[in-house]
Amino acid sequence: MKHIAIGILGAATLGLMASAASAATLDTVKAKGFIQCGVSTGLAGFSAPDDKGDWQGIDADFCRAVAAAVFGDGSKVKFTPLSAKERFTALQSGEIDILSRNTTWTINRDTALGLNFIGVTYYDGQGFMINAKKLPGVNSALQLSGAAVCVQSGTTTELNLADYFKANKMEYNPVVFEKLEEVNAAYDAGRCDVYTTDQSGLYGIRLTLGAPADHVVLPEIISKEPLGPAVRQGDDQWYHIVKWTYFALLQAEELGITKANVDEMKNSASPEIKRVLGQEADTKIGTDLGVSNDWVVNIVKAVGNYGEMFERNVGSGSPLKIARGINALWTKGGLQYAPPIR
Amino acid sequence: MASQDVLREEPSRGSFINDPKIRGIFFQVLVVVLLVAGVWWIAHNVIDNLTRLRIASGFGFLKGRAGFDISESAIAYSSDSTYGRAILVGLLNTLIVAIVGIITATIIGFVIGIGRLSQNWLIRKICTVYVEVFRNIPPLLVIFFWYSGVLAVLPAPRDSYNLPFGSFLNQRGFYFPRAVWGDGSWLIFVALLVGIAMAWFVARKARQRQMATGQQFPVFWTSAALIVGLPLLAYALSGFPLSFDYPKQSTFNLTGGFQVRPEFLSLYLALSCYTAAFIAEIVRAGIRGVSAGQTEAAAALGLRSGSILRLVVVPQAMRIVIPPLTSQYLNLTKNSSLAIAIGYPDLTATAGTVLNQTGQAVEGVVIMMVIYLAISLLTSLVMNWFNAKMALVER
Repeated sequence: MKHIAIGILGAATLGLMASAASAATLDTVKAKGFIQCGVSTGLAGFSAPDDKGDWQGIDADFCRAVAAAVFGDGSKVKFTPLSAKERFTALQSGEIDILSRNTTWTINRDTALGLNFIGVTYYDGQGFMINAKKLPGVNSALQLSGAAVCVQSGTTTELNLADYFKANKMEYNPVVFEKLEEVNAAYDAGRCDVYTTDQSGLYGIRLTLGAPADHVVLPEIISKEPLGPAVRQGDDQWYHIVKWTYFALLQAEELGITKANVDEMKNSASPEIKRVLGQEADTKIGTDLGVSNDWVVNIVKAVGNYGEMFERNVGSGSPLKIARGINALWTKGGLQYAPPIR
Repeated sequence: MASQDVLREEPSRGSFINDPKIRGIFFQVLVVVLLVAGVWWIAHNVIDNLTRLRIASGFGFLKGRAGFDISESAIAYSSDSTYGRAILVGLLNTLIVAIVGIITATIIGFVIGIGRLSQNWLIRKICTVYVEVFRNIPPLLVIFFWYSGVLAVLPAPRDSYNLPFGSFLNQRGFYFPRAVWGDGSWLIFVALLVGIAMAWFVARKARQRQMATGQQFPVFWTSAALIVGLPLLAYALSGFPLSFDYPKQSTFNLTGGFQVRPEFLSLYLALSCYTAAFIAEIVRAGIRGVSAGQTEAAAALGLRSGSILRLVVVPQAMRIVIPPLTSQYLNLTKNSSLAIAIGYPDLTATAGTVLNQTGQAVEGVVIMMVIYLAISLLTSLVMNWFNAKMALVER
């Protein structure tokens, strides 16, 4: 008995020591051989499983891009579907390596939650959707006083909604659910008059409703919703890899490097393109980051550049048909801008 | 047994390691030390890791502005209220659904339980079917059945069912006129309290007189007259101060009146129906547990069947019924956390939202656990007191 007791004490002490030291994310990811990526439970265009069960969407593809940078293989990703409520705890506890789940970047999340947002992969804003057939004559969010509003709990959406109605001195009836599917079902069943979430989300959700043509998205945008991936604080190397994967996607689009032409671009005459693709002699850009020197080639081969990723998932190549708008590159009047890769 | 006792009485021989007394104390101390060390280690580990990951900790966030709205609130609440108040709103919603659910489940349960012992074949079979159906379906499915299967298929607000007394039923819930109390209506409540006090007094006197003289007094009718009559008299005297606010059709919903939301209704109905099935079985077992000789003896004394049930069978059955009833009440309260699936803002839902908006998961979960533990312990305390009061007093 005594020996057992000593054994328990010893094990407890060992456990204490083990938990105090934590390994770098890059090393643990390399050791397990894949990236654990936190996505939504199903939002068309951002992260949703297709009919074969493969995750599709901008957020899912972003994780594939990081996997391509780290492993040279975009398929080395495992996805964890998370509700809005579960997402931050999953990242904090180390259950996932990247949170890529249409998550709004706010100061509170950056400072108090132990997260670091790496950038904005999609500039969004909160909007409202109504059933025009049931509510003819409503064409502005300012006419919504007294309405029942469906919203997902634990989101910035929920907070913006309260602020907007308060600022405009309107009443509303919140109908709050934890899971996106529950909100969708309640709205479709007519439990509420209005659906509010990010506008891109509204377009995606509209497609899943019983009669999509009956529903209209109202013109008002009531908030800034910069959506982007986040990683844990305190691991600068991993933060840099994820951040520069995003910048590499933008840079590739800016330089006209696509999935189709990436191999011939390697022999381009332009020194900038050669540098970005790791073809410069004795380049250390990739290895300094902690990945191989052809990391940008791997990223583009896996998911294409940012523009291709956008058009395939939410733009003209998708059922959502969302215009680039402010998500265009800075050279085309948008907000997407990458610092130089050199 | 005997040989062990003999061994224990002997003085310890040789090393104190073999002394059963010292060994007993040693292991008890060891267990306590290990337990304390374990708890301390977990707490220390959590604090350590939170600091390392730069996650804010502590309970200071409870004073922050919540910023989100809650659909149902028993107390004044807006998005300007604090996180602490949001959790309080959730707690009250949990208590409301638990208390109303417990009362309804008890009533249905007693009716069904007694029904299962009925002489009437049809009543007996209907009650059996009820128990077997609700007892064997998970409570979450019962909640979905009411929410999606019954309440969601009701008509939209525009085509509400018109019910008597200006009430409406639609997929947004059940609307009925709300009483608006005018000046002087306090008199009515005072009259009600006086009526109840007088009824209690009459019942006591009547019992004493019956004990002393054997003469009976129509307690029920007197009490009813006092409890209903006095407030009515006060109502007339104070000049009919009561008016009603009727629900009316507006652009989106019905406005005015009192709205019982489908989220509350389905949770309440589901919890009541589900728990009632278990209570029915407990009641049946309790009544079956009273031996038939008691009934026969009471009948031999000339008591009528109603009096036999009320004076002889039920008091003895209660003794068996109350302890398992307590666990059912606790179950119902804890099952109310399933509300999250249909969006009723109970404690789990609101505390969960607070947890997510502030990101303080450890504190949020601790608060929820402590509150549920407190509710359950309080329920047990009340039921234990009730049990002690109902226990057979032997004379």
